[in-house]
Amino acid sequence: MAISEATREQMQQLAARYPQPRSALLPMLHLVQSVEGEVTTDGIEACADVLSITPAEVKAVSTFYTMYKRKPVGKHHIGVCINTLCGLLGGDAVYDALSERLGVGHDQPTADGEFWLERIECQAACTHAPVMTVDWEFMDDVTPTSAVDIVDRLARGEKVASTRGPVIRDFRATEHTLAFPLDGLADEGNPVDAKMLAGLTVAKERGMSAPTSKQEG
Amino acid sequence: MTLTPIITEFWDDPKLYTLDGYRAHGGYRALASALKQDPDAIIATVKDSGLRGRGGAGFPTGLKWSFVPQNDGKPHYLVVNADESEPGACKDIPIMMANPHALVEGVIISSFAIRANHAFIYIRGEVPEAIRRVANAIEQARAAGLIGKNILGSGFDLEVVAHSGAGAYICGEETALLDSLEGFRGQPRLKPPFPAVAGLYASPTVINNVETIANIPYIVDRGVDWFRQFGTEKSPGFKVFAVSGHVNRPGIYEAPLGITMRELLDYAGGMRDGRPVKFWLPGGSSVPMLTADHLDIPMTYEDMAAAGTMLGTGTPMLFDDTVSVVKAVTRWLEFYKHESCGKCTPCREGTYWITGVLEKFEHGHGTEAEVETLVGLCGQIAGRSFCALGDAAATPYPAALKYFRDEFIAATTTSADAQFDPVASYVFAGAVAR
Repeated sequence: MAISEATREQMQQLAARYPQPRSALLPMLHLVQSVEGEVTTDGIEACADVLSITPAEVKAVSTFYTMYKRKPVGKHHIGVCINTLCGLLGGDAVYDALSERLGVGHDQPTADGEFWLERIECQAACTHAPVMTVDWEFMDDVTPTSAVDIVDRLARGEKVASTRGPVIRDFRATEHTLAFPLDGLADEGNPVDAKMLAGLTVAKERGMSAPTSKQEG
Repeated sequence: MTLTPIITEFWDDPKLYTLDGYRAHGGYRALASALKQDPDAIIATVKDSGLRGRGGAGFPTGLKWSFVPQNDGKPHYLVVNADESEPGACKDIPIMMANPHALVEGVIISSFAIRANHAFIYIRGEVPEAIRRVANAIEQARAAGLIGKNILGSGFDLEVVAHSGAGAYICGEETALLDSLEGFRGQPRLKPPFPAVAGLYASPTVINNVETIANIPYIVDRGVDWFRQFGTEKSPGFKVFAVSGHVNRPGIYEAPLGITMRELLDYAGGMRDGRPVKFWLPGGSSVPMLTADHLDIPMTYEDMAAAGTMLGTGTPMLFDDTVSVVKAVTRWLEFYKHESCGKCTPCREGTYWITGVLEKFEHGHGTEAEVETLVGLCGQIAGRSFCALGDAAATPYPAALKYFRDEFIAATTTSADAQFDPVASYVFAGAVAR
């Protein structure tokens, strides 16, 4: 689809955040995905036009990064961490269950355009293994059953909250956040959970604290 | 050794992520004092503190800052590496979600010290919650006059941008990160010149990890002597450890450097079902694994090096005896193969070949000759690749072979899943222990 004038203006805003406009290319490609649902040729040409570089240069960048897709992702992006820790602690079984439920394999969209399934690499949440993501929001400590249930609820249009983040919107909305992160959702949901407080909790139980000044001896 | 919550001290305050919440616990006090000092005095303080980079390499932070040429007429940049993607590392993302203002305050003080008027926080794209919380903190700080023109009347100007990546582990390598931040494919640059001389836009640039920068306000506020009472002479300070794997209470544990894995494991409730530790990695998949024989080694840069491994990111992963080391190592190599940027031949081709041979072992089709072939392949990559990703890819197998040769020999006839029922290593109900 042709990129609208409004989107081009947003691209200009992104470029203006940096001493050199080309630095905005990654956020601009996220913006393209937020309006197109994928990195389209029109989107590539708009980025090139705004930055005064060639479409080939933009395309070369877009194909390097795994978050950029050249097929419509659909409504929700579903990721399952299959790196060693998550995978062996149960992520493999979670992925298999979701693959069966959705009828697709790695990096594929469902025929109805509702979901995209992806085996993702370490999501920096190993303490919460096995980890799943919906539109890149955390779904921690999942099981095959709970993961399929999340997808079922999304398919029914029910409200699903991230375990450490806001209520799930959709893939395009997250991509917009990645371009313009002031999305008004910083106050929604509390991303600090019991596992992030594990050490603090033990320290309080056992009366441990760090001195705030130099202790002698 | 006791736990010492410092960066994590007030994480149970649900308002800590806001400016008011952070200020209620003394936040931005360090900034006010820093702006009254000479920037060189702050560099000296950080140097004297002995703070070492918390991203994995452990390079002395103050020394890195001192490499930036002063009065050179060029713009200087501070870039925060928030591309936390190392398998096993999960401490920077929690810091950004729980205590983003500690990072932002650290960014402002650090920028002032190195005379940077523009700072970038490069956050991996796969964690929107961290990005929105950091962006929110930046915006609140700007509204309060802590970012922008003439900060707190000091005459110091600073702009801070939260920048989203797009999925590439290699961008955690500092020069690849710079290329990515300039809008290119994230591939590493040849060094020298080092970023301190020619970094972002070919200008002097300091690149520091999130946790490193989050240490700065505490060091400036409480002083070098306070900081050095934690840790050892060569590894001063404290660490946000993230303990994961088959432990009863995986999570974030902040303690002085020098605490042992056994002590951390005790705080984490021990191994599930009282099972033994089979192998563990002190700081990410890129550091050599250790075994239960190494639980009493102090977690410092120097002691871990003496044990043949590295502290790395300080985010230990522990695996119990239900896990196949062959399968674990194969999966890590599949990761490095996927993430190799393709720039240099040893890494691009080497990760492909190592992974292919390891997958034969995983399926029980390796040969005894190939046990040595893999040693040779790893030797061809280590020290010969363009950046540390290749070295990292050559690390898991030799370390695993050192402790678990029998298991690789067994994998010449028996698949990893036949040796170790995969269900037994799952952590959810329904997974039955063998």
